[in-house]
Amino acid sequence: MSTEYSNKTLEKESNAAGLQIVKESEEDRLMTLSVGPQHPGSGHFRFTVKVDGDYIVHCDPDPGYVHRGEEKMCEYRNFIQNIPHLERPVIHDSNNITYSYSLAVEELTNIQVPRRGQFIRAIASELNRQVYTLYWLAIYGIFLGHSTMFMWPTGDRELFIDLLEMLTGARVTHAFNIPGGVRNDMPVGFSEKCLRQIAYFEKRLVEYENIFYNNPLMRQRTEGVGLLTKEEAIKLGVTGSVLRASNIPYDIRKAEPYDVYNEIDFKVQYMKSSDCFARAYVPFLDMKESCYIMRQLLDKIPQSGEVRAKLQPNPKGPAGESYRRVESGRGALGYYIISDGTPKPYRVKISVGSFRNMLALPYLLVGSKLADMPSIYWALNYWPVEADR
Amino acid sequence: MASRGSRIVEYRFGNFVASLIWLILIVLIIVSLAALPVIFIILFYLPLPPVNGQVLTPYLFLSMMVDPTRTLPVLKFIMHTELFRVAVFPGFSYAAIFAAVTIFVERKFLAKMQLRVGPLYAGKIEGIFQLIADGLKLISKEIIIPSGADKPIFWAAPIAFVAAAAALISLIPVAPGWVVSNTDVGLVAAFAILGFFPLIALLFSWASNSKYPFIGGLRALHQMIAFEIPFILSALSVVILSGSLNLTHIAASQTPYWYIFFLPISAFVFFISSLAELERIPFDLPEAESEIVAGWLTETSGMIYGLLQLGTYIKLYALAALFVTLFLGGWAGPQIFPQVLGPPGQISPLMQLLTLRPIYNAVTVNAVFWFSIKTFGIIMLMLLPRGINPRIRIDILLHTGWYKLIVLSFINMFIALALVYGGVFGPGGILTPH
Repeated sequence: MSTEYSNKTLEKESNAAGLQIVKESEEDRLMTLSVGPQHPGSGHFRFTVKVDGDYIVHCDPDPGYVHRGEEKMCEYRNFIQNIPHLERPVIHDSNNITYSYSLAVEELTNIQVPRRGQFIRAIASELNRQVYTLYWLAIYGIFLGHSTMFMWPTGDRELFIDLLEMLTGARVTHAFNIPGGVRNDMPVGFSEKCLRQIAYFEKRLVEYENIFYNNPLMRQRTEGVGLLTKEEAIKLGVTGSVLRASNIPYDIRKAEPYDVYNEIDFKVQYMKSSDCFARAYVPFLDMKESCYIMRQLLDKIPQSGEVRAKLQPNPKGPAGESYRRVESGRGALGYYIISDGTPKPYRVKISVGSFRNMLALPYLLVGSKLADMPSIYWALNYWPVEADR
Repeated sequence: MASRGSRIVEYRFGNFVASLIWLILIVLIIVSLAALPVIFIILFYLPLPPVNGQVLTPYLFLSMMVDPTRTLPVLKFIMHTELFRVAVFPGFSYAAIFAAVTIFVERKFLAKMQLRVGPLYAGKIEGIFQLIADGLKLISKEIIIPSGADKPIFWAAPIAFVAAAAALISLIPVAPGWVVSNTDVGLVAAFAILGFFPLIALLFSWASNSKYPFIGGLRALHQMIAFEIPFILSALSVVILSGSLNLTHIAASQTPYWYIFFLPISAFVFFISSLAELERIPFDLPEAESEIVAGWLTETSGMIYGLLQLGTYIKLYALAALFVTLFLGGWAGPQIFPQVLGPPGQISPLMQLLTLRPIYNAVTVNAVFWFSIKTFGIIMLMLLPRGINPRIRIDILLHTGWYKLIVLSFINMFIALALVYGGVFGPGGILTPH
């Protein structure tokens, strides 16, 4: 009452004196915070948020800090030369990002992949999905302030990196998938080692669940935060674990089975709660399911045979276009390639899951608390480098 | 044979010992040639206290330093000065050593939990000198002050932080009679000093002239005020049982039965609140890295950061020691040290020196031993949540502080009142020590 009174008197007096009062607007209460690209909670990405007290009222994503022009670079190289630079956007998931490229080029040039090659591709893809998801989980842990959950997955990631090194010869960037199959065959003793590592890793997954997902403080922080309903998820076009966390069991491996995935028995993991916890938990369930898939793949693989179809020195197909996609660690990852009949593609368009998931960020952040920002952001399974391409 | 690159790899323990012996030799030469004359000159002008009924002349003092049997009385005299209490034991140096050990143990302990090795190279043995290396690094770094910062406060706040933490340890009784300031309002004084910390955090964050420190400072203020009340209330039930605010008296009054057996809920509330006061995980919101960079420490650099860290760890020791004093009986514990070291009766001068005969006090040594063991145990418990918990959110934190913990501490306060009115504690109670 007293402040109102004094404000009114002030207004009267200043009107009498011929002064104009500038009133406080809503905007004056807001504080603009710049998150990234040099912020421990952003990665190679920047978004500005406006906060009113502890609540975020506006979010403006600003990607593009790591744009490399991958799509344009593709037009100057032939189909085989394109592989090593195409895996740069997601070096942690390099087998999946070259998988769909190889599929699209095979469709253009009409190459049949030998059966053993298809299996090795799928094994490498599943191993790499584990590597990516563990890296993602480690960062999710440290974003919530859980330092043990940062160290454990980064340590266990070495299991799969060692396996991939044994299989492909490189630790992170493999350039393993090529149109027509894979670069080289499985070494002797690989499948025994792989089964051993999987058995150990499944034990570790139980410990992850105990220390992180069943932690009451973690549940308090993530349950009911950043709700993305089924309808909104479809409207925004999110994909991968974010889509599956919003009660939509959609997986490219099941919906459009490629190579050997129609022979594999697995369930599409999804959750109904549609919140941050579900988005954090679905990749974990995927890791469990991936172990199951890998066991089957190692069981069903033909013991001998070619792994790579014979290719022309500079493979080229008839003029035409193709679109193939795979399920990567972050969701649907598709390549749209137009060929004009030359050994170089006319146009390559990469459709990545990260960018589509990032579009949901402003919708989820507005109205949430500042403390939930890292949790919501990283649960979107977003990899900035891949989104910028 | 040894190329430049392989010098570090070819480490021999013999070389290490040889370098140590060289170092000792050089120190001895410097002491005899330079330090002794300087001491002699200084001592000539100082009024020295009488020891053992003899007036100390500089010559006598020097002969005492050389004669081992005469050194101990001098040491005994020094140990009973005020300066020794404030600067060495139970004052700043004791707490600083505790802080250093805590930092090292925290790193190795956390590393073992997280399946890694922790500090490894500095100091050859398990990275034991990593802290010294870090300290040297922090000292040698440039201190950057943001433009537009409030410079006097920016400089004063870290020093005030360490000073407040050091003021807190002056109230802690480590052994019977071994306390810097034995005041009758010890507990109230401790809470009064704890009230300074949010003020310092807020002042520093305001003086930084930056957004992230400002948010961090406000969070620190919210958090510390929310947990101050359960903190005080949980200590109040101890006051009800002991009938005193004097920390020495509180520690002495629980010689047979520790208060944690009667006040487990209060002890729990006190523990949680001290975690929040210390800004340790899961309550490290003021320094939440992924949200607000480093919170109110964002603009710190070099030794300003070093001082704030030193203050934080001294505060950690002080709060753990306060927990031990209030709930775990302070220095109480079975007598495990013998009354005199070595054979009883007359012994040779050298043996007198070796057994520290004039300054050894079995009760004090025993008290310090038990106090240190308990305090270190509590510190280890305080380190544990960092390995297993994520950070909690500010609204959950405030809800916990204002609602749950206050209710819990009231419950135990009623239990304490019932114990006093039931004649168990209080004047003439069954368990009151006589």
